[in-house]
Amino acid sequence: MNWLAGFFGDPAHWSGPDGIPVRLLEHLEFSAGAFLVAALIAVPLGLLIGHTGRGALLVVVAANAARALPTLGLLVLVVLLAGVGTVLPVLIPLIVLAVPPILVNTYEGVRGVDADLRDAAYGMGLRGRQVLFQTLTPVALPLILLGLRLAAIQVVSTATVAAFVGLGGLGRFIIDGLATKTYADVVGGAVLVAALALAVQLGFVLLDRVAVSPGVRQVR
Amino acid sequence: MITFEDVTKRYRDGTVAVADLSLEVPTGAITVFVGPSGCGKTTSLRMINRMIDATSGRITLDGQDVREIDPPTLRRGIGYVIQQAGLFPHRKIVDNVATVPYLLGWSKRKARARAMDLLELVGLDPGLAGRYPFQLSGGQQQRVGVARALAADPPVLLMDEPFSAVDPIVRASLQDELLRLQSELRKTIVFVTHDIDEAVKLGDTVAVMRVGGRLAQMAGPATLLTEPADDFVREFLGRDRGIRRLSFISAKEVRLRPAPSDLATDEDGRPLGWRTANGLAAYGTFTPETDSLRAALDAALLSANGTAVAVDEEGRVRGVAGRDAIDELLAEYAPPASGGSGEGSSGDGSSEEAPA
Ligand SMILES: Nc1ncnc2c1ncn2[C@@H]1O[C@H](COP(=O)(O)OP(=O)(O)OP(=O)(O)O)[C@@H](O)[C@H]1O
Ligand SMILES: [Mg+2]
Repeated sequence: MNWLAGFFGDPAHWSGPDGIPVRLLEHLEFSAGAFLVAALIAVPLGLLIGHTGRGALLVVVAANAARALPTLGLLVLVVLLAGVGTVLPVLIPLIVLAVPPILVNTYEGVRGVDADLRDAAYGMGLRGRQVLFQTLTPVALPLILLGLRLAAIQVVSTATVAAFVGLGGLGRFIIDGLATKTYADVVGGAVLVAALALAVQLGFVLLDRVAVSPGVRQVR
Repeated sequence: MITFEDVTKRYRDGTVAVADLSLEVPTGAITVFVGPSGCGKTTSLRMINRMIDATSGRITLDGQDVREIDPPTLRRGIGYVIQQAGLFPHRKIVDNVATVPYLLGWSKRKARARAMDLLELVGLDPGLAGRYPFQLSGGQQQRVGVARALAADPPVLLMDEPFSAVDPIVRASLQDELLRLQSELRKTIVFVTHDIDEAVKLGDTVAVMRVGGRLAQMAGPATLLTEPADDFVREFLGRDRGIRRLSFISAKEVRLRPAPSDLATDEDGRPLGWRTANGLAAYGTFTPETDSLRAALDAALLSANGTAVAVDEEGRVRGVAGRDAIDELLAEYAPPASGGSGEGSSGDGSSEEAPA
């Protein structure tokens, strides 16, 4: 507790280029950037594969790769290839981390839509694209949002690795704290990351309320 | 009118679901496709709206080959009702019903107004309009399915076992509702079922199919019951064909005589029972205007003295009919002498095959 009071109570931690606001903003920038790119790749891909049934193998590969891939190892590899100091080495591992949960859940969501419902949609005279966007997507939305939420939380937690390659973000408190044995900073940084993950979780719960039709929401 | 001309459907795995099917579905009437499971009813139905394309042959809708019409356009002009209703779970009931009007580009206001009218037409409380499908019972969902199929007022309605997932009581009321609707709307309806009783109740024409999608017999229900074409049809029709056929003869023509004094009535003229030495005995009633000969016979069998009591819509006695009066009408509607169904209802048809 003393550590927390020491970290959050110190006015020096609330201003300047290595203060909490700036680090938080940096952290959000990496995370949001990686998350958006991943979502832009994985959601359309998941929808398309789920709708057409073609390319399902890709989803299986992605799902397995996700479990096997060491994020830190990938980070080091990309740094070696791209060099230190740019933001790319951080974004790439985070994107690679975020794509599988979004892709798999979007695909499963669309695939899992009742065959009778799909049939009825075509039977009413909807065209392929209308079936996808007016029937499959809204019905699969809870799972799509679940995938996005898992990805967002992983990205926010893992973005701390940016500090390893000399970039900013909340990881700085942890890395630098460890280096200088300033444990208050380590704990403070970790708490901030956890809080951010919680905020993301909360954000998605709210999004779920707004975006998912009451007719398909699981809990009733 | 819908016509099938030598239509064959062979699935990719080689299964021939429908073979050389030729038939005509008359405009403004209910045609039922009935037959055992797997005989190709669904396949035949779905070739009409091109959910399945025929391998060979032609299906025409008012003279036009359905293959010349782009499937979504074709389907928007044909109502389609399936067994599990298939309602869109994320849409409110009103928007489910308005699906095709929306697709046709109607304004939201007009489409919703139309949807509300249809909910009423199919006998649903308009208060359900704002609910989601999961909040409705199975029977209510089926009604919504029918309303949705009718929304853009298509001349043709395809129904694939629409009532088979609900309990018998709900099913009977949905069937009655369909007949009432049809008497107003006069749509061209193709109705698929494996339930022969449903087929006979609903169909103006019944097409009995055998496995392999071959037409065994196509006829009106009364003809089907009296003159089944072969053993397969006879067996499929099941027991009690003779009695069931009476459902298609109106009781209007039953000769009534004035009620005798031993029929006790209340002050409004409603029957109370037959007076006997031991008090009032059981009686059965029928309404000549709306009931069938089967109901009249049933009423006679339920009466202690074998005399059926005829009542008007309000339940007031109009007269009575003894077995003699019912017999008279039965004789008039006896099956034709050459009908080839002289054997008992157990359906032993072997004697017919004997050479003359
Ligand atoms: N997609 C398909 N691929 C291969 N065979 C099929 C396919 N769909 C149906 N069949 C076969 O075609 C035949 C006719 O099927 P269909 O669904 O038309 O029967 P049905 O009369 O509607 O039966 P039920 O009363 O059980 O619904 C069956 O033998 C069935 O196994
Ligand atoms: Mg079927």
